[in-house]
Amino acid sequence: MTRNEILEILRDAFPGRHLEADPDNNDGIRIPPPDLPEVAAFLKTEPSLDFNYLFFITAVDRLKALEVIHHLYSMGKGHHVILKTSLDRENPALDSVTALWPAANWHEREVYDLFGVRFDGHPDLRRILLPEDWEGHPMLRDFTHPNLIRRPDSPAEGRSEEAPGRGNPAS
Amino acid sequence: MDLAGKISVYREKTAGGAIVMAPLDFLFKWAKESSLWYMLFGLACCAIEMISTGAARYDLDRLGMIFRATPRQSDIMIVSGTVTLKMAPRVKLLYEQMAEPRYVVAMGGCAINGGPFYYDSYSVLKGVDQIIPVDVYIPGCPPRPEALMHGILALREKIKRTKA
Repeated sequence: MTRNEILEILRDAFPGRHLEADPDNNDGIRIPPPDLPEVAAFLKTEPSLDFNYLFFITAVDRLKALEVIHHLYSMGKGHHVILKTSLDRENPALDSVTALWPAANWHEREVYDLFGVRFDGHPDLRRILLPEDWEGHPMLRDFTHPNLIRRPDSPAEGRSEEAPGRGNPAS
Repeated sequence: MDLAGKISVYREKTAGGAIVMAPLDFLFKWAKESSLWYMLFGLACCAIEMISTGAARYDLDRLGMIFRATPRQSDIMIVSGTVTLKMAPRVKLLYEQMAEPRYVVAMGGCAINGGPFYYDSYSVLKGVDQIIPVDVYIPGCPPRPEALMHGILALREKIKRTKA
């Protein structure tokens, strides 16, 4: 099933919600953060979709927003979808999907560790990679640390500039 | 050649063989450099080269070197790979658990100064010599087994020349 077919099913199931195709990605669907638990539960339980496998959660710092990305796959149907949610960068919080897919547990801990996104309802939200006493979230673009030496000719020097992203409403 | 022939010190032939007179520290150094047991641990891809140096093709056993799975029995620590800030306290602890005399070889760019992770990395220690003293630096990314063995021979040379 293609992204657009999945999106049609979602729009029928959730009328009035702001679900839209992601212009950056052929498999992406942008959803408002508060709708994530419902949409995710529907994607998993609806027999024609059957997304029984969550294989990746990551995030992108778009400077104006933090974008959390869920990759879902259906073992039975062989189709794939990417859910994108844009969060407030100053206070990023999102509902956990650990209850739906236990695999989300460590993925959400990693996103919390590196980006500082708090996952409400997560059973054990603490750092997973960095030392427990680490301060800050290093994948944020404005992260600084005494151990972090910027390459003098690094193209990342102008980090205050907008991150590129074609037609990305968050950037 | 027997030991008496190798040592250029006072030697006297007797009816049954030879008496060798040598300074004690010479003998100690000779013993130290001839069986450098190395600690069994690796931190990154350099460890793969270290493993193949210890395996059949390059065979560190020829130099009297076997790995020990405990710092208490190790003479030399080969820091083979990237030392992260999270790993650094553990590496220091392992070093402190080794009995003297102990030697450290920094293998590869990461262990020397962070290597490819010197810039733009928040998590990598910029050289293992910031936490423990290093005797020999072996450049490379990773160094070939020949380079590691050259470094070990340099360490043996260094032990031989050190004043006790």
